[in-house]
Amino acid sequence: MRTIHRKLLRDLVELKGQVAAIAVVVAAGVMTLIIAVTTLDAISLTQDRFYRDYRFADVFVDLKRAPEGLAERLREIPGVDHVETRVSAPVRVEVPGYPDPIRGRLLSVPDGRQPDLNRLHLREGGLPESGRTDQVVISEPFSEAHDLRPGDTLTAIIRGRLETMTVSGVALSPEFVYQIGPADLLPDYERFGVLWMNRRALANAFGMDGAFNNAVLSLQAGADAAPVIDAVDALLARYGGTGAHDRDDQASHQFLTMELDQLRVTAVFLPTLFLGVAAFLLNVLMGRIVRTQRQQVAVLKAFGYSNGDMAVHYGLLTGLIVVIGLATGIALGAWAADALAAVYMEYFRFPAISFRLQPQVVLLAVAVATGAAALGTYRAVRGAVSLPPAEAMRPPAPETFRQGWLEGSRLGRLLDQPTRIIVRNLARHRMKSGLSVLGIGLSGALLLVGSYQFGAVDDMLDTQYRLMHTMDINLYFSEPTSAHAVAGLRHKPGVQHVEGFRNVPVRLVNGDRDYRTTILGMDAEPQLRRLIDTRGTPQRLPPEGLVLTDYLADYLGVRPGGTVQVEVMEGHRRTLEVALAATVSEPVGVSAYMERQALNRLMREGPAISGVWLLTDESQHGALYDALWDAPAIASIGLIGEAEAAIRDYIDDTVLVMMGVLLLLAGSITFAVAYNNARIAFAERSRELATLRVLGYTRGEVSWILLGEIAALTLLAIPLGWLLGTGFALALSEAMSTELFRVPFVITTQTYAFAAAGVLVATALSVLLILRRLRRLDMVSALKTVE
Amino acid sequence: MDNTYAASGRVVFATRGLTKVYRNGDMVIHALRGVDLELYAGELTVMLGASGSGKSTLLNILGGLDSATDGEVRYGDQDLVAGGDRLLTAYRREHVGFVFQFYNLISSLTARENVAIVTEISRNPMRPEDALELVGLRERLNHFPSQLSGGEQQRVAIARAIAKRPAVLLCDEPTGALDSRTGVQVLEAIAHVNRELHTTTAVITHNVVIADMADRVVRLSDGRVSDVRVNAHRKSPAELSW
Ligand SMILES: Nc1ncnc2c1ncn2[C@@H]1O[C@H](COP(=O)(O)OP(=O)(O)OP(=O)(O)O)[C@@H](O)[C@H]1O
Ligand SMILES: [Mg+2]
Repeated sequence: MRTIHRKLLRDLVELKGQVAAIAVVVAAGVMTLIIAVTTLDAISLTQDRFYRDYRFADVFVDLKRAPEGLAERLREIPGVDHVETRVSAPVRVEVPGYPDPIRGRLLSVPDGRQPDLNRLHLREGGLPESGRTDQVVISEPFSEAHDLRPGDTLTAIIRGRLETMTVSGVALSPEFVYQIGPADLLPDYERFGVLWMNRRALANAFGMDGAFNNAVLSLQAGADAAPVIDAVDALLARYGGTGAHDRDDQASHQFLTMELDQLRVTAVFLPTLFLGVAAFLLNVLMGRIVRTQRQQVAVLKAFGYSNGDMAVHYGLLTGLIVVIGLATGIALGAWAADALAAVYMEYFRFPAISFRLQPQVVLLAVAVATGAAALGTYRAVRGAVSLPPAEAMRPPAPETFRQGWLEGSRLGRLLDQPTRIIVRNLARHRMKSGLSVLGIGLSGALLLVGSYQFGAVDDMLDTQYRLMHTMDINLYFSEPTSAHAVAGLRHKPGVQHVEGFRNVPVRLVNGDRDYRTTILGMDAEPQLRRLIDTRGTPQRLPPEGLVLTDYLADYLGVRPGGTVQVEVMEGHRRTLEVALAATVSEPVGVSAYMERQALNRLMREGPAISGVWLLTDESQHGALYDALWDAPAIASIGLIGEAEAAIRDYIDDTVLVMMGVLLLLAGSITFAVAYNNARIAFAERSRELATLRVLGYTRGEVSWILLGEIAALTLLAIPLGWLLGTGFALALSEAMSTELFRVPFVITTQTYAFAAAGVLVATALSVLLILRRLRRLDMVSALKTVE
Repeated sequence: MDNTYAASGRVVFATRGLTKVYRNGDMVIHALRGVDLELYAGELTVMLGASGSGKSTLLNILGGLDSATDGEVRYGDQDLVAGGDRLLTAYRREHVGFVFQFYNLISSLTARENVAIVTEISRNPMRPEDALELVGLRERLNHFPSQLSGGEQQRVAIARAIAKRPAVLLCDEPTGALDSRTGVQVLEAIAHVNRELHTTTAVITHNVVIADMADRVVRLSDGRVSDVRVNAHRKSPAELSW
């Protein structure tokens, strides 16, 4: 081996602490990139495959009832490829031994065979046998939640009659990748399930013989959905069609798209941030390492090594460090992405996850890391070789110092000599000190970004569930019911307060923007479902006009005072112009609200309600459920406490897991930067420190020179980190807001304290490590060798 | 030995009006104030002068380690002032052996490796072991600089300088840290290279005794050549002691 290469390896070993620290910075940056991009890729790839292989439909429509013969007419619509007519019905389910009410969705499959569209991926068992009326296939998450296997039984309440059903199989469907109940935001696998049954049996039970109330269509390649939707609507208007829609308004697909959008933002934002910071630090750190070797560069040059040789030498040093970091980052990134994708698979039910490491992502990571390192090394090597060797080689020439304002002042006279040294060193090396402060500040900022969401998400959920949704049960009736039903429910066991609401599915249109949602009609000042403004104060509903979530109003491009077109998707389909009266601020979901009587007037109906909210005594829930069970008009019973728990779990599992990983990475970066900083400060000062020891300064006094400088830099870096971190967090908040969640931009004092503490702990640890070196500082050898 | 270099020798180095000014902020230091000097092929020159008189500065410029502020330096027919970094690098690589006043060994390399790092890029070097043998360090091949005394480090530095069999050997106080006996050993190594390989050699020293081994003695004071003396008889290092 050439001696110069041996020097390289010895340097690597000698600098192992710093090498490791720099490799950590690279690895952390690369890891974020790999995690974000790979997770995104895995989910969208898996989605594409599942949709294609199981023939996910393109257009969906619900209607009251149409004769089967109409299917042929649907098929003839230009652009339509396949049509699958179905019977679909809400159902209440009971599972032996499970106390809470369960909502189910029953869907028909052709007798004894797979449908043409939205095919089932059978995990276990098989489809109901042809001709059987008592067999169902159940969705996999539901089967897991209740440990139901083929051969087990459950009870369905179909039109008030208890029917015992046997599970024939367990399946996944592209229609329910994200399996949520109607009006839910998040999956609740225990309390909502999908069941598939033979068409004839289901039609029979619901009086749909020879008819259908739901259809899904696929389009020919290249066909546009919009004209097909119009044609379907025109055809089905007479049959109570509630408006066909494409995948964008299909619940499962919509959530999946939203999640992917959010991931896409994350996949750009976070790696850019982390890799950017890592690149900057790498640049600074490599530059510093090379600079400490300035004299060696000079010696080698004096003996005829060329600038090119030096560039290659340090290029290799950098290259090796970067390779260590890259390899670690890619390996850990792939591992973590795999784990994270598995977490997502808990919510997005696919048959199998298609995971791959894309070469272009790896290449990008390699390019960024190498580029940043090369730049830092290049600048430092250039600096080192541009000096004439003679100059670089003298024992470090005493630097020019000046008396600053501090020394002249009264305070200055109180400083002892070591403190004076600190102050002058900082002032003399303003650029270097500035970069150190910026480096530590940036890592502190990453800590802040990695942690603020924990507080912000809590704040969001508190707003949602402590301020807005204060009911603990919501009931939906099978049909709009007279408001008198409220009085009847007030006397059920444990019920403390009842409020009725009207819920109408609509499409809101303004210009070329439209959005499918429901208008919620409530009392003017509902107690169980408050509306709030941006400051969190409850709002009174105006007697007329529409109130929209501000996010939705922005999306539609309307302001209070303007009007929105409302297409009613229930009963008689009509389009009305309604004025936008106000907007409300809500962190979760997007909705439209009206005063209930105003909505009733809009619907040209009497005082009807779609359901009620209850405030109850939890100890009497058993008795309450029994009482509600017997009321056939009740289509579903939703438990808000459970919903809140589900949403918190979901966020813990996805957002916060991601943030946790980031936090870990930010922590490593912070430590790496603090350690490197301390280590280089030590290297640069060891000669001076040894001299002072020789002159009789105690170890403590000498330590203070080093530690004081590090402490000063750290204390300056913390506020800078807060500032930068707040900026990053604000940008992230903006970028991550979706229809589902708008995490409020709240940074708690704890978060600031945490970021500061992280930086301090990292610095303290580094200082401890440096103190060990300082204790071993060999005065003689530090003074003997020039380097 | 009769000295005929000045009369008949080929000029290796020639400087004209060589000036070096250091500027540190407001401070201006004139290290060299117009040095005119010739060094001849194969001769051994000793440079004397008070501390701060500019000896190291002159030697650094001759060795291509530093650039002059003004004036001319020729090495053979090459202009070292006008030549760019490429030329200076090639010049140092192929022609110069340098012994630094502050040794400047590479701390992460052993004695042998400190020599090898230079021989590996030379055309016709000695073996590093042989070079170290010449300075009496055969036994310490695998020691790191921090495990060597100051004098031993200095000898490694000399081995490193002579190992490539340079055409020019420039030594900045090669015996500064050595006792008389080891100093003589080192000087013998230098004289050996000078004699056997006809290496043009310049040695800076504060030790007037050493001047007796030179062909010529150049005295610097305050950045100028104040005196040049030709030794009629050049002593061998073995005859010196201090
Ligand atoms: N980098 C520098 N910056 C400023 N002044 C310098 C620098 N290098 C040398 N000098 C000054 O130039 C003058 C000549 O220095 P030089 O090192 O050549 O002296 P010298 O003759 O070798 O002295 P010594 O015998 O003490 O080694 C001195 O006054 C020195 O202070
Ligand atoms: Mg000198």
